[in-house]
Amino acid sequence: MPLSWALLVSLALAVAGYIIGRSRAFASAGTDIRKLHSRPGYHGASVALTTLTPAIVVLMLASVLRMAKVFPPEATGFAGLLALAASVAGLGWGVTRINTDFRARNVVEKIVQGFLIFCSSIAILTTAGIVLSLIFETGHFFQKYSWTEFFFGLNWTPRFQGNSSLGILPLLWGTLYISFIALLVAVPIGMFAAIYMSEYASKRVRGIAKPAIEILAGIPTIVYGLFALITVGPMLRDYFAQPLGLGSSGSSVLTAGLVMGIMLIPFVSSLSDDIINAVPQSMRDGALGLGSTPSETIKQVVLPAALPGVVGAVLLAASRAIGETMIVVLGAGAAARLGLNPFEAMTTITVKIVSQLTGDNDFAAPETLVAFALGLTLFVITLGLNVVALYIVRKYREQYE
Amino acid sequence: MTDIPMSSEAQPRGNSLLSQDARTRKRNATEKRFRMYGVIAIGIAMAALVILLTSIVSDGAGAFRQSYLSIPVALDAETLDPNGNRDPAEMSKVLTLSYGKVLDKAVETAVADSGIAIEGLTSTDTSNLISKEASAQLRNHVLADPEQVGQTVDFNVLVNGRVDGYFKRRVSMESAARDANTSPQQLQLADALKEQGKLVTRFNWNFITNPDASDQRPEAAGVGVAIIGSAYMMLVVLFLAVPIGVAASIYLEEFAPQNRWTDLIEVNISNLAAVPSIVFGILGLAAFINFVGLPQSAPIVGGLVLTLMTLPTIIISTRAALKSVPPSIRDAALGVGASKMQSIFHHVLPLAMPGILTGTIIGLAQALGETAPLLLIGMVAFVREFPAAPPEGLWDPASALPVQVYNWTQRADPAFIERASGAIIVLLIFLFCMNLLAIFLRRRFERRW
Repeated sequence: MPLSWALLVSLALAVAGYIIGRSRAFASAGTDIRKLHSRPGYHGASVALTTLTPAIVVLMLASVLRMAKVFPPEATGFAGLLALAASVAGLGWGVTRINTDFRARNVVEKIVQGFLIFCSSIAILTTAGIVLSLIFETGHFFQKYSWTEFFFGLNWTPRFQGNSSLGILPLLWGTLYISFIALLVAVPIGMFAAIYMSEYASKRVRGIAKPAIEILAGIPTIVYGLFALITVGPMLRDYFAQPLGLGSSGSSVLTAGLVMGIMLIPFVSSLSDDIINAVPQSMRDGALGLGSTPSETIKQVVLPAALPGVVGAVLLAASRAIGETMIVVLGAGAAARLGLNPFEAMTTITVKIVSQLTGDNDFAAPETLVAFALGLTLFVITLGLNVVALYIVRKYREQYE
Repeated sequence: MTDIPMSSEAQPRGNSLLSQDARTRKRNATEKRFRMYGVIAIGIAMAALVILLTSIVSDGAGAFRQSYLSIPVALDAETLDPNGNRDPAEMSKVLTLSYGKVLDKAVETAVADSGIAIEGLTSTDTSNLISKEASAQLRNHVLADPEQVGQTVDFNVLVNGRVDGYFKRRVSMESAARDANTSPQQLQLADALKEQGKLVTRFNWNFITNPDASDQRPEAAGVGVAIIGSAYMMLVVLFLAVPIGVAASIYLEEFAPQNRWTDLIEVNISNLAAVPSIVFGILGLAAFINFVGLPQSAPIVGGLVLTLMTLPTIIISTRAALKSVPPSIRDAALGVGASKMQSIFHHVLPLAMPGILTGTIIGLAQALGETAPLLLIGMVAFVREFPAAPPEGLWDPASALPVQVYNWTQRADPAFIERASGAIIVLLIFLFCMNLLAIFLRRRFERRW
């Protein structure tokens, strides 16, 4: 609480500083305002910023130190006072600097630029935060559970009394199986849709089909999850699994895979659209001029030329499918199983992260900590896929630019 | 000199332009087939969209209709206000239980007065006709206006979920016979009451304003707390992600020198855009809750996590908007003596604003539908209390619309599936409005140079 008070007071001081700085600038210029290097507003702003910046730096340091438990909570009052002192000092220093030759605009712009740089580093801080939090807790997990059993174990049976087997292989299998089915659905449909829309469709058809597919992309995954749970799952069970005697569960690999495939259609189609459009028109014209039909042009000229880009798009879609959570939570089931029957319930890495980390967590138990190891595995897999895919796509784009 | 023999006996070539030979026919058939595949692919995608939306809407429409028993309720002064001075503070000591008794009596009288005779109808059937939540609603109604005590008022009593489900065709006579919570007789009674106009089904405002309700009371569950929680998170995202995202894009697009650090940031942003959302949930749990010590299920934590998730989207679209402002604008500003910073803040940024706003709204829409990270930071908790007004309310426990949907799918009573689909409809309406606004902004203000 003292910290937020200190912040409010230093804000008020900054406002006062702006007014003082501005009027001092006017005063120092006398009757001829053109003598000032910077406009009076910049003088005011420079005082305000020199008042506020030290206080904010002190406050941020104090909160970080408190979070890291370096100093006790009782010391926050002292930190607040320190921040206030810093801001008063900044105010005094800022005001004394003002005269006609003071380059207030340059000072203000330096500080603003510092802020811009700080904001753009947040992306790096986020990545660092993700990596650190995952690695830190995964380290704890591997102190309590052997890493060979985690990576090569064939069983996943967490028990909260302890003595559980936490092998990742059944989860990895479920993840890959479901993603594979999703890609089997999404890649042909997405590719053909993109080819049709960019090479054949009339303007009117494109005007209807393109937004419709984009709507599919804007629907949140929880909606797809619910669709899998209440429509696709029961339908597959009643019309395919039970008559064929292959299973009796509504949630299955096929349910999750199909629905995830639908979710990925717009993703694949918009990526392929970009890639197909990047193939130079001259190549098409050449093929058509030699007498090939449009489909032959696409199959024998456009697609081979676009192949690296298509591979990149498929990899990106695969990374999406592997990291997808809500569809598999609601559609795939919770049974960790190594099997081939697509009508059986299976589970994925993301489902298990959710189930191990919701509810009351005991952050000393390996059953909770395993979620971080799963998260790290997921992060590494998707990051690897993304890096490779983005590299391929970029290389491919450069080829035709 | 060798003349090419132009004998008139030479057969005309087989492949005339007028009649196709076998190979051309084959090629044309392939062409046609290939086109067909494209049409089929688009057809499948459109069909999936239509089936998805109709299934959600047909399942969820029921959540917006609710059956009420419209009966006179005698508010007995003896039970409800034992001291007789109509002081709300004293009356609030009277428990919901007493209101339940008052309601039971009212229902019994109403059924007796209506003259409906159904064979095998037990008194439990009659009193279970109304929801267990109804007494709490009556209590709130009376405490809001204590003067009603002692009179007989017309009150819309919330009907039990099974009876409500019967009118929405979720419960049938056959399923009722197997159900411990209802009976065919009860449903017959409900039918008879409906015929007399005492049982009415009308628009269910409570679904939008009520908080969540416990497992046994699907009829009373609503998305009120979830809407507030989602709104608070959007507020946090708006106040954090937009300034940070715009500042970062300005730096990267206008100031950043080409060096390793800039490259690192660029690679980072494009990778963050593709990190699975659940990983951000793990980050939120480990960093904001375990390390910083922010409370679980608080909108502030959800907002922070969603901010980090939407930043890449906002940065990418803002950079595109900044890039589309032609360099001549910058040059003109620099030419009349503006500094680089002034040219950007006074000229480029205002011109890029429509594009930035569109990108921001699309980013917010994505954040609004995000579920997985919120599950990990405790938003699944059962929350019945409305959070306080911001800023303090940001630290109160709340739910979020998509998480509420997930929550309801995990409950046993099928009535909650209807509620979940209803909540999805609410969510989709919000998303639709946001996207419409984005499209409107783009159409209205976008400039082409």
